[in-house]
Amino acid sequence: MSPEPTNTLPSEESTGERNNTSAVTAVDKVARRVRVQPARGAKNPRSKVEAWTLGLAGLLLMAALPLLNLSIPGILPTPTYQPGSLQLLAMCMLMAAAALSYHLLIGVAGLLSFGHALYFGAGSYGLAIILNNFGLPLLPAMGLTLVVALVLSTFTGMVALRVTGIPFAMVSLAFAQAGSVLVRRNPGGATGGEEGVSPDTAGIPDFLIGVANTRNLYWLSLLTLLIVIVVVTWVQSSRAGHVAAAVRENELRVRVLGLQPYWAKLLIFVVAGVLAAAVGMVFVLLQSGTVPRQVSADFTITLLVMVVLGGVGSKWGAVIGGVLYTLLDQRLSAFANSSAVESLPAILHVPLSEPLFILGALFVLVVLFMPGGLTGAVRRLRERLSANSVAKRN
Amino acid sequence: MSTLILLLITGVGLGALYFLVASGLSLIYGLMGVLNFAHGAFLTLGAFVSWEMSRRIGEGTWLTFIITLVIGAAVGGVFAALTEFALIRPLYNRHIEQVLVTVGLSLAAVAIFEGVWGTDSQYTKGPEWFTRTTDVLGAQVPNDRFVTIIVAALVLLGVVLFLKKTRYGMIIRAGVENRSMVTALGIDVRKAFTLVFTIGGAAAGIGGVLASHYFGYVSPALGGSLLIFAFIVTVIGGLGSLAGAAIASVVVGVLQQITNFYWGMGDFVVIVLLAVVLLTKPTGLMGKTA
Repeated sequence: MSPEPTNTLPSEESTGERNNTSAVTAVDKVARRVRVQPARGAKNPRSKVEAWTLGLAGLLLMAALPLLNLSIPGILPTPTYQPGSLQLLAMCMLMAAAALSYHLLIGVAGLLSFGHALYFGAGSYGLAIILNNFGLPLLPAMGLTLVVALVLSTFTGMVALRVTGIPFAMVSLAFAQAGSVLVRRNPGGATGGEEGVSPDTAGIPDFLIGVANTRNLYWLSLLTLLIVIVVVTWVQSSRAGHVAAAVRENELRVRVLGLQPYWAKLLIFVVAGVLAAAVGMVFVLLQSGTVPRQVSADFTITLLVMVVLGGVGSKWGAVIGGVLYTLLDQRLSAFANSSAVESLPAILHVPLSEPLFILGALFVLVVLFMPGGLTGAVRRLRERLSANSVAKRN
Repeated sequence: MSTLILLLITGVGLGALYFLVASGLSLIYGLMGVLNFAHGAFLTLGAFVSWEMSRRIGEGTWLTFIITLVIGAAVGGVFAALTEFALIRPLYNRHIEQVLVTVGLSLAAVAIFEGVWGTDSQYTKGPEWFTRTTDVLGAQVPNDRFVTIIVAALVLLGVVLFLKKTRYGMIIRAGVENRSMVTALGIDVRKAFTLVFTIGGAAAGIGGVLASHYFGYVSPALGGSLLIFAFIVTVIGGLGSLAGAAIASVVVGVLQQITNFYWGMGDFVVIVLLAVVLLTKPTGLMGKTA
């Protein structure tokens, strides 16, 4: 891995009181808050080999899960070879991949988008609609969907990126809202309104249909996550990725250097959009259908919560956040319906039986007390431990 | 012709609701640089508490309606002030985190509303006069539209008077223009922050009560659906500009109603308008030049 841009963190206090009304400063702020970790492996070849071995072992384990009989009570509903767990794990990986595509926007380019669900929805709805109406086989249909997503994200990105910071957030939200309204309106009966739409099984190969084939969908999800990780890593370490990260740090300085922030940001925006659409396509196969919630602002906010939980600016943080959120959401729903919660007095029972309340509150606490999310906390812990051991040795 | 008049007045009524949300958003953003996602929650809470109260003290009278307006404003204002104090203030000057906190709060608040009042719509009942119509140049206009417009106009007037005539209003206006200068003059802007949140929350609370009569129901999703259009209104009007928010609210409301009626495309036209405004004038109609 090539070294990622390391930015030293000017202390927040020293900035003191300053005029923060301009949008650029807001972006600047997120930039300053986001600490991009230097790639540890780059300095030490041995730890690089270790990281690769660990990653490969993890990948093999994930790939082998459908063939193993492992039970993790409290986290997975069934042993790992059964469809229930495979479905949940596949969903975790897809959400991790979606969060990773969102990480490109907020973590790399510092773009706070509230409209990312639009592209996820373009993938899921696009594939279902193309399969239902054009009678194409799966692969050409997927290709066509990606082209649609590419065009959509390019056009919306070109308009939205005319502004930066908070106004950008609002504009991206407005575009996604248009998509959400369109989907709910059910134009020509294509999107199925509130009911959502299921893809026609005629175009989908048999090995991707039915509960018995959940393991194939699981492997497809794993492959999707892998591809998204590779693409994100590649984009992040490409020239455009560096420019976008530099724009996040200081747009003016990039301009002065004669580079064009707009195109770098647009490229990142489009890549993130197309990746989200790709994840959306696998999602619609896994769920054998999609509903308007997948295009709504709620879904973007879900992605945002995942990324922030894991730690803004950290690639693996986004993955961990996606997995953790999906597991929590699923487990909290089960917890909400459990008899232990039912028997509580109303004042405890009402909040605890709402998974979104717990997740929302958790999110607020993380933002307030755990800057850098989970990966940030782990890093601080590790730094403290190594500092302690150094102190002891001396 | 009569249809057009009906659409115009209904559109202005919808615009009035947008304005009640957008005014607070715009002031908060102008002064503090915070995009407040929890603003919809202020509105919804105001609407729900007022609905509960009106059921307790007897629905359908003018007195109840006026009491609920006051309660809506109080509930929205207090909720907003608490939000500013407990969640926004600790993250002073960290705008993105402040936005994230309001996002989390709106998630949690909507979940709580669903837990307490259920996900279904609760139907409201105003004074009997609301259900009747008034003849305006041949158009039969439902009376609650007028109430919405008048109350929103009064709120606009009140906020403008407050901003122009009082010392704190002056500090807020100065803060929107140049915050560091105000601080340099030795004025504690943080009081103004709480104040702006309270005013915005109170306006949203009033908006909640009015919206519950305008639409005829209260639901946990009420605030969120209005909030998105209020965002659009604030961007079109120019962030931080109260007058811009007022003009843009009316334009957006009327445009949405008319296109919805004739072509069923109201929401898209609004988004197209947003795109056009951004492409031609990225700072919005009356925004500061960036």
